[in-house]
Amino acid sequence: MPTDPAYDYALRPPRLPDPEDRSLDDAPIDQETRLALYRKLQELRQWSKRAHDLFLQNLVKGTTHLSLGMEAIATGFGMALKPGDYTFATYRGHAHSLARGMDPGKALAELLGRENGVLGGKGGSMHLTDVEKGMMGSYAIIGAHLCIANGAAWSAKMRGTDQVAVAFFGDGTTNIGAFHEALNMAVIWKLPVVFVCENNLYMEYTPIDAITAVPNPAADRAGAYGLDPIIIDGNDPDAVYLAAVDALERARRGDGPSLIEAVTYRTGGHSRADPAKYRPEAEVEAWKDRDPVPVYHQRLLRIGVPEAELGDITREVAATIDAATEFAKAGAHPGEETLMTEVWADGGSAWRN
Amino acid sequence: MAELSYRDAVAYGIAQEMRRDPALVMLGEDIAAAGGVFKTTVGLVEEFGPDRVRDTPISEQAILGAAMGAAMTGIPVIAEIMFSDFLAVCWDMIANEIAKSRYMTNGQVSFPLVIRTANGGGARFGAQHSQSVENWAMMIPGLKVVAPSTPEDVVGLMAASIRDPDPVIFFEHKSLMAGKAEVPDGEIVDELGTARVVREGSDVTIAALALMVPRALEAADRLAENGISAEVIDVRSLVPLDTATLLSSTAKTGRFFTVEENPRLCGWGAELVSIISEEAFWNLDGPCVRITTPHIPLPSAASLEDLALPSVDRIVETVTRSVDGGGSA
Ligand SMILES: Cc1ncc(C[n+]2csc(CCOP(=O)(O)OP(=O)(O)O)c2C)c(N)n1
Ligand SMILES: [Mg+2]
Repeated sequence: MPTDPAYDYALRPPRLPDPEDRSLDDAPIDQETRLALYRKLQELRQWSKRAHDLFLQNLVKGTTHLSLGMEAIATGFGMALKPGDYTFATYRGHAHSLARGMDPGKALAELLGRENGVLGGKGGSMHLTDVEKGMMGSYAIIGAHLCIANGAAWSAKMRGTDQVAVAFFGDGTTNIGAFHEALNMAVIWKLPVVFVCENNLYMEYTPIDAITAVPNPAADRAGAYGLDPIIIDGNDPDAVYLAAVDALERARRGDGPSLIEAVTYRTGGHSRADPAKYRPEAEVEAWKDRDPVPVYHQRLLRIGVPEAELGDITREVAATIDAATEFAKAGAHPGEETLMTEVWADGGSAWRN
Repeated sequence: MAELSYRDAVAYGIAQEMRRDPALVMLGEDIAAAGGVFKTTVGLVEEFGPDRVRDTPISEQAILGAAMGAAMTGIPVIAEIMFSDFLAVCWDMIANEIAKSRYMTNGQVSFPLVIRTANGGGARFGAQHSQSVENWAMMIPGLKVVAPSTPEDVVGLMAASIRDPDPVIFFEHKSLMAGKAEVPDGEIVDELGTARVVREGSDVTIAALALMVPRALEAADRLAENGISAEVIDVRSLVPLDTATLLSSTAKTGRFFTVEENPRLCGWGAELVSIISEEAFWNLDGPCVRITTPHIPLPSAASLEDLALPSVDRIVETVTRSVDGGGSA
């Protein structure tokens, strides 16, 4: 729960983000941090758009699940996490990877299946991982990584470090058993772990209310595990940042896990194949007003950041994304020399003598 | 030398390794104060404390998820899944997460973890608590698979599995638990990927695993009375697989048999037979023959279960008929 009730970042019923809400304008976040949040938000947005463009150019094979519209969650958490903390994400893990500092060029190259990809082309879009940066993996089978995040948190506790593990997942994921197993274990073992539900209102193509017993898929389950129900505006980097700081501090203090429901919306389809025609037009339009990039841009202007400064940041980010694209496109297609490597810790794949 | 039961050898091997490596932890249902439902972990919580020997809820996915997350961040872990049939409940963790993540991340993570589980039939527990499922694990790239048949091998292969930097599925056979044997004093560390010739012979090679090893040995005694000299190989480790021992034995005998507790289709022996057929074909004097449980779920009644599992009689008959030119069972 918020440390300072004056800056309560929790959403009020009806629990949808309100773009007119100015209550966080004077939240206790210094301008430097906010500019860094803006830069990160721009990076995640522009990178995701570029990934989409490259898909349209048929350079990205397989599938991609973009976070367009949902970037504020990765932005806020990325800023609050310390080096050494652990991030566990889903197939929709690009933004979380970049937010932990994954090189944008290596991330794009992985989507393009290139040798200079962050996984050498072996993982692809759904499995971005950068252990050195604390990005412990993107997991494409629903539910598992909540349990795995527990393990990393348990390990941190045993090693006596102050590391925290954070698991990001969708609203649909609250209906799989692993979600409930993970929450129960995290609570009974008082693990330094934060569970972040990115409630984008849809499980693939199905609205969450059609398949979930409660209106708020994560928060309404929190009580079952003795946790506080926390619902925040997942499109507001400041709200996410404040909630993240609180939950991470709580975990570092040894007070155990938190479950945060961040309400958001994806601008595009579930994956590259999905035109997202199942969503009411009015809903899609309403959420355009809540797009985190312009909304945050307006906040920064209101608190006195000059437009020109924001323009500079946007252009600087664009240059890095262009460079990242060139880096990715220049990568070779991986060949036979890596096909059979890294099944085992000895680097090989031998199963017989 | 001390006499140790197979059951006690489990805790003995784990304790040897927990004393050596203070980072090593274990988790599972009822493993601490209760000592495990098969009493294979008796005494460990008393010696190493509840932080290193942790009871868990009935949450098989959470158990293996915790093991995986801990292992990938530097803590070696032993996880117990009470019955191997229950692996189906957490198979995603094993087959998709633990087994694949090193390859998918191009070597960024490794998993020094052992998943121990009570496997196999003969205890009249019925179909959901009796199956031999080593073949489930064997078919997945990224897992090592071990199934010891003697107390000494339990200790030595347990130590080798724990020291191995890759995930190992360690099958403890329920019907071998009570068996006792001498175990040497001092530290015992074996090697994965090594089969053992447990009886030398010249006419036929019989490859067996876990509970099937003592049955194959008894069958070999009876075959000897009938003038057939059987070499019995305890395969011990399915992944890595000691094909050299299997191939050289077959080169000597010219006949290859497997005795498998799993149901027929895609049992571990099928892979061995395929290797022998490809690589020792010109050494063979007759067809390779697999002796398995029929392709059925295991029944509970003692009389039915005994009919289903490969018995000493069935091994003797099948080998004799085959050697006499009568074909397979
Ligand atoms: C166990 C499992 N079941 C089904 C799927 C297929 N699937 C992939 S994403 C997805 C929807 C997940 O929805 P949600 O948790 O809300 O996350 P979002 O995609 O909206 O971010 C489904 C059903 C899967 N990957 N794993
Ligand atoms: Mg969703």
